[in-house]
Amino acid sequence: MASIVEARGLLKKFGPLVAVAGIDFAVEAGTCFGFLGPNGAGKTSTMRMVCCQSPLTAGQLYVSGLDVRTQGRAIKALLGVVPQENNLDPDFTVLHNLVVYARYFEMPPDTARRRAYEVLDLFHLREKAHSPVRDLSGGMKRRLVLARGLLHEPRILVLDEPTTGLDPQGRHMVWQKLRQLREQGTTVLLSTQNMEEAARLCDWLVIMHQGRILAQGSPADLVREHVGSQVVEVPADAAPAIVGQLSRGDATWEEVEDTVYVFARDREALHRTIGLVPGATYRPATLEDVFLHLTGRGLTE
Amino acid sequence: MSRPSYRAWFVWQRDGDVFLRLWRSEAAGFLGEPLFVLAAMGFGLGAYIGQVNGQSYLSFIAPGIIAAYAMFGASFECTYGSFIRMEVQRTFEAIIATPLEVEDVIAGEILWGATRALLSAMALLVVLAVFGLVASPWAVLVPVAAVFTGFAFASISMVFTAIVPGINTFNYYFTLFITPMSFFSGVFFPLSGLPKVVQWLAWALPLTHGVNVVRAALRGAATWGLLVDVVWLGVVGAVAFWLALVLMRRRLIK
Repeated sequence: MASIVEARGLLKKFGPLVAVAGIDFAVEAGTCFGFLGPNGAGKTSTMRMVCCQSPLTAGQLYVSGLDVRTQGRAIKALLGVVPQENNLDPDFTVLHNLVVYARYFEMPPDTARRRAYEVLDLFHLREKAHSPVRDLSGGMKRRLVLARGLLHEPRILVLDEPTTGLDPQGRHMVWQKLRQLREQGTTVLLSTQNMEEAARLCDWLVIMHQGRILAQGSPADLVREHVGSQVVEVPADAAPAIVGQLSRGDATWEEVEDTVYVFARDREALHRTIGLVPGATYRPATLEDVFLHLTGRGLTE
Repeated sequence: MSRPSYRAWFVWQRDGDVFLRLWRSEAAGFLGEPLFVLAAMGFGLGAYIGQVNGQSYLSFIAPGIIAAYAMFGASFECTYGSFIRMEVQRTFEAIIATPLEVEDVIAGEILWGATRALLSAMALLVVLAVFGLVASPWAVLVPVAAVFTGFAFASISMVFTAIVPGINTFNYYFTLFITPMSFFSGVFFPLSGLPKVVQWLAWALPLTHGVNVVRAALRGAATWGLLVDVVWLGVVGAVAFWLALVLMRRRLIK
């Protein structure tokens, strides 16, 4: 399948600071592609370049076959952008926010109103159509920003931490809508720090750290390749004995402050190596384990 | 840098939509204040001054007030107004995620600033006409003067908005530039009484030319010389407009 977004040697510097260190990636049309990484990893910088809002320092970046350096307006017409921070117009009602936004895409007024009600329905905001934006709750504002991003039926939806600030109900609703959109053929490009979001939504994930791509693949493959299927968290008092056994087995482990994390390919390997340790937590491996394993456990800023 | 396109009108429309929603609360600024100044100066100070250049003091300052408030209207819009849209509401950020570029946004904002100047001047003109202070059909030149004055000051203000670190810095712009300009541009007294050097400096100030045109228009004393005033406003406006586009791209696109 053809790539709808393609980056080669994508580099972004802010003065001496390297935000994106010459990365390559390709997004297949009709999939959900996620950038996962701690703060300062370069996710937002990468997305801003895709959205033609930040010039490339070097490298190549094509969106739908168009060069971001020269065809910004044409590319932006294809994108639905949901920024990290809400930037709604506080002086307008919910409906008027959408109608004004539709003008920027040169949508005829009738189409604009019809589409506005469609996206309001999609995000359960129709009854708020005539409320001023400043009266909406945080979650409703977030939903409205998402609705606005879909107004012109974009081919590619670009979401920067879309569910930050939503309650669990809102988050699940948004996830369901995004899956639905992808099924209808929209390409979804998102950045997130939420492992559950990444695991549930993304077909392909790129884990970024300090401007580089550390690993990429489907969420399930990433877990299998980097941490196996089982994790045991061993508390400090039981740790010394375990570490002795571990050095003889085929599991990998990591000591972090007062806990030893043991990663194993499967349950049997684990039992052969350490057996049942009293006080230890046995659980399936998750994307969070991969993330922490690859990006380290120290604070990044 | 990309060239501003017709899409700037969408930004102008957006600002206009906000104005239509909120104009009642803004009317005090663009109509109330100038009328108070006019009444206080015209009647209060006017009682001691008598005639200026063969006119009552009230008739003398009325056109100056129109031009000065065209300047204030455009300046407030493109300093505090634009800054809030840029930094607080992040409206510019929302707009440049669509097919509009920074240049479209800034051009639209400046056009709206000039429109505010026009609205302010027209509102005052109507009030002055009701009080019989508009003597000549040449008053049709007032909107032209207001648009050119507005364009010049909207652009100059936008240059400043592109470089200020924070909203408080606008105090300098108003107290050291805009307000003094309203005193040295022939609004309240003829420039001919000033020392020659100051007169030359005053001639360079854009507001002087706005005042010239409005005053000539209300007196019915239009001459071809007014073209010089309009051209000067246009030149100052065009240079500042271009500079605002360059500096805003530098500020917003990183």
